[in-house]
Amino acid sequence: MDLPLFLQQLLNGISLGSLYALIAIGYTMVYGIIRLINFAHGDVLMVSTYFTYFGISVYALPWWLSVIIAILLTALLGILIDLGAYRPVRHAPRVSALITAIGVSFLLENLGLVVFGGRPKAFYRPDFLNKTYELAGVHVFSLSIWVPLVTALLLVLVFLLLYRTRVGAAMRAVAKDMEMVQLMGVDVNRVISLAFAVGSALAAAGGIMWAMKYPQINPLMGIIPGLKAFVAAVLGGIGNIHGAVLGGFLLGVMEILLVAFLPSLAGYRDAFAFILLILILLFRPTGLVGKGASG
Amino acid sequence: MSDWRGRDRTYRLCAYGSILCLFAFLFLVENYADEYQIRILNVSAIFVTMAVSYNLINGVAGQFSLGPNAFMAVGAYTTALLTISPAEKELCFIIEPIIWPLSVLHLPFLPSLLIGGTFAALLGFIMAFPVFRVRGDYLAIVTLGFGEVVRVVANNTQSITNGPLGLKGLPEYTNLWWSWGVAVFTVFCVTRLVKSSFGRAMQAIREDEVAAAAMGINVFRHKMLAFVVHAFFAGMAGGLMAHLVTTISPTLFSFFLTFNLLVIIVIGGLGSMTGSIIAAIIITYAGEWLRAVEEPMAIGPFNIPGIPGMRMVVFAIMLILVMIFARQGLMGRREFSWEWFCGFLRTGERRG
Amino acid sequence: MSFFKVEHLTMKFGGLMAVSDFSLTTKEGDLIGLIGPNGAGKTTVFNMITGRLLPTEGKIYFRGEDITGTPSHIINARGIARTFQNIRLFNDLTVLENVVIGYHGRLHSSFLEAIFRLPRYKSEEKKMRSMARELLAEVQLDNVADEKAGTLAYGQQRKLEIARALATNPRLLLLDEPVAGMNPRETGDMMDFINSIHEAYGLAIILIEHDMRFVMGLCEHLVVLDHGVTIATGTPSEIQNHPQVIEAYLGEPEGA
Repeated sequence: MDLPLFLQQLLNGISLGSLYALIAIGYTMVYGIIRLINFAHGDVLMVSTYFTYFGISVYALPWWLSVIIAILLTALLGILIDLGAYRPVRHAPRVSALITAIGVSFLLENLGLVVFGGRPKAFYRPDFLNKTYELAGVHVFSLSIWVPLVTALLLVLVFLLLYRTRVGAAMRAVAKDMEMVQLMGVDVNRVISLAFAVGSALAAAGGIMWAMKYPQINPLMGIIPGLKAFVAAVLGGIGNIHGAVLGGFLLGVMEILLVAFLPSLAGYRDAFAFILLILILLFRPTGLVGKGASG
Repeated sequence: MSDWRGRDRTYRLCAYGSILCLFAFLFLVENYADEYQIRILNVSAIFVTMAVSYNLINGVAGQFSLGPNAFMAVGAYTTALLTISPAEKELCFIIEPIIWPLSVLHLPFLPSLLIGGTFAALLGFIMAFPVFRVRGDYLAIVTLGFGEVVRVVANNTQSITNGPLGLKGLPEYTNLWWSWGVAVFTVFCVTRLVKSSFGRAMQAIREDEVAAAAMGINVFRHKMLAFVVHAFFAGMAGGLMAHLVTTISPTLFSFFLTFNLLVIIVIGGLGSMTGSIIAAIIITYAGEWLRAVEEPMAIGPFNIPGIPGMRMVVFAIMLILVMIFARQGLMGRREFSWEWFCGFLRTGERRG
Repeated sequence: MSFFKVEHLTMKFGGLMAVSDFSLTTKEGDLIGLIGPNGAGKTTVFNMITGRLLPTEGKIYFRGEDITGTPSHIINARGIARTFQNIRLFNDLTVLENVVIGYHGRLHSSFLEAIFRLPRYKSEEKKMRSMARELLAEVQLDNVADEKAGTLAYGQQRKLEIARALATNPRLLLLDEPVAGMNPRETGDMMDFINSIHEAYGLAIILIEHDMRFVMGLCEHLVVLDHGVTIATGTPSEIQNHPQVIEAYLGEPEGA
C-alpha cells in the first residue's frame, strides 16, 4: 500500500472516528451520571435524520435550518425519554433500567418502521460537500474534511460547557458523587436532563453527518453506529468524556484500516467492534483513559 | 410422615395426568385443527423451551445475558447441516461448496437435534470463561456482543453455513409431538434443576454472590452450569425452529429474537418457570392476534389500512410499562404448585 | 503446626493503607475479639482471611496450609466461615433454604443426578434437609423455617446468618459485629448463644464488635486496631487500662 492511499484511508478513518466520538460522548455522559447504558441512544440519532429529512422535503426549509431544528428537537427527545422511561426506574434494580432502555430502543425503531416505512429514503447532501479535491495525489472527498472540522468545533463547545460553565461543573460533580451534590441543593434531575439533551444533540449532529455520508436513511440505521459508538466509549473508559473522544477516533481509524489492509475480512467489519469490546471488558474494563467522572 | 409422602405421590400423579391431558389435546389438534392453528401451537412450544431455558440464566441465576440468539443459531445450523440430504446441500451451496465431512453427513432428526444442543452447550461452555469475568451491565453487553459475533460469523463462513443465502430444503420434521415433547422435557429438566440444591445455589448467587462464595459455593462453576444448560435447550429450540420454517439464514437469529424472549420472561416474571411458560404461550398468541392489526381491516364502510410493525411497538410499550409499574411480571418468582392448586380447588368447593 | 496464623498482613488501596502489618496466632477453640474505632480496618482483615480481598503483603496459614489468595469458596471448604457486618442473607430464599445452602459445598452428587433424582442425590438431599432442621431447632428458628429470610426480625436474621455459617462445618468462625444495633436483652441472648456454640462445637471464634461489655464478657484475648495498625493485644483487663486504647476511643470503654 502506498502513502497516498494510506493517507486517504487515514482521513476516512478520522472522519468515521469523528462520528463515533460524537455519538460516544452521549453514552458516556449518561453512564457517568446515572450508570445507565442508554440503548436508545443510537436510535435517537436515527430520529434526528428523519427530522432533518422532513424539514427539507416536506416543509421545504433550507437544509441548514432543518439541521438546526432537528438537533434541537432531538435534544428535546432525549429529555423526554429520560423523563418518561428512565426516571421512573431510577431507583429500581439496575437490570430493570437496562431492560427499560432496550424497550425504548425497540420502541423507537419500530415506531420508525411504522411511521416512516422500512424502505430507505435518499438524504440530501448539500452541493459543497459533493466536491472532491486532490491534494498531493490523494483524492479527498469534501465531506471527509468537513466532518472532522465540524466535530472539532462541537467538541470545543462541549468542553467549554463542561469546564467553563456552572452547569458543566454541576454535571461533572454529579458524575463524581450524586448524593453529595444533592445535599448541596443542586437539582440533580435538571443536571441529568441536561446530560441527555447535550448527548442527544451531539448524536443528532453525528447522525445527520452520517446520513449525509451514505446518503440514505432508514429506521434501523442507528443500531450499528450506536453499538460501535458504545464500544468506542468503553474503549476510552466509560464515564470519561476524553476517553469517549479518544475511543471514537481510535475505533474509526482501526476499522477503516482493517478493511483497507485485509479486504478479505471486510465482512467481519462489524464483528471487529464486538470482539474489541469483549477483549476490553475482559482485560481492561476501565478503558484506555481509565475511570473518571464525565470530563 | 407417611401422609406427607402419600401427598407427594398424589401430586406426582397429578403432574403425569396433566401431561397425558396435554398429549391427548395435541392428538385432537393434530387431527382436527387447521394448519394455521397447528403452526401457532408449534411456535408456542418452541418459545416455551427457549423462554424456560433463558429464564434459568437470567432469572434464577441472576446473570443477565442478551445473547440467547447465538445458541439458537448454533443449534439450528448444526441440526440443519446434519439433516439436509447431501443432494440438497449441493443445490444450496452454489457459491462455495460445503466442506467435508458436512457434505456427506446425513442423520435422522433426534440425533441431529441432540448434537445441535450439544454444540450449543459447548459454545456456552467456552463462552463462560470470558463472559463471567464481568457482571451486571457489562455481562449483558458482552453476551450481546457474542450474539452478534455468531451472527456475523454465520454470515461469512460461506463453506459451512452458506453465508447470507442460508440453508434451504430442510426436512419438515417439527410437528406437535416433537415441539411439545421437547418443551415438556425442557420444563422437566430445568424445573428439577431449579428445585434442587444446584438451583438453590444459583439463586443464592443471584441474591448475594459474595455471601454465596463465603458459604462454599463455587460461583463460577454454578454460573457456567446455568449457562450451559440454557445453551443446550436453546440449541434444541433452534433446531426445532429450523425444521418448522425449513429455511434458515443468519438474519433469523438477530437481536430481534432476543428481544422477544426478553419480553416473555419479563412479563412472565424473572425467575418463575411457570411465568415463562404462561407468558410464552400468551405472547405467541398475542403476536399472532396483533398481526391482524397489521393487516388492512374493513369495518363497516371504513377501510383501515394495515400498520406493519405495530406488533413490536405494542410489545416494546408493554415491556416499558411492565418495568415501570409491575416489575415482578405475572408470577414474580412464584411457581405453580399442586399444593396451591388443590388448596384453591378446596376453597372453591367450600364456597360453592 | 499452628491452627491459624496470620503474618504481617497488609492491605493497601492505592495510596490508602487500610491494614498495616497485622499478625495473629490462634489455637483451636480460642475466642478472640477484634476491636477498634470505625474504619480501623477490622472488616478488611476478615475480607483478607476469607479470600474476598488479596492482601498486598503477608500470609495467612490455616491448619498448616497457606490459604493466602485462595478463592473464598475453597477457604470455606477448608473450614473458615463468616458472617457479615451488613447482614447478607439470601433474602428471597426461605430460612431453611439459607441453612441448607451451607451443605451444598459438600454435595457429592452431580447436577445430572439431581435432575433425574437418582438415589444418591435423594439421600444426600434428605440428609441435608434434616441436618438443617436440626440446626434451626438448636438456634430456635425452626418455627420460621419456611418464611423468607428477608421477612425475619433483625435479631433473628443475625442468628440465621450464624446458623448458615455453622452449616458449612467450620473450625474457625468469623463474626462481624453480631450484636450491632441490638438492645441489652438481645445482646445478652446473643452472648449466651455464642458461648453455647463455642462450647458445643469447640470452634475458634474471632469476632468484631463495638459493644465493650459484650466483648469483655465473651473474649479471652483481644486485639485492638486503629487506622489499620495493631495498637494493643492482651486480656480484656489489660486492654481496659491500656493508655493507647483509651486514647483511640477518646474515653473509657463501657463497663470498665
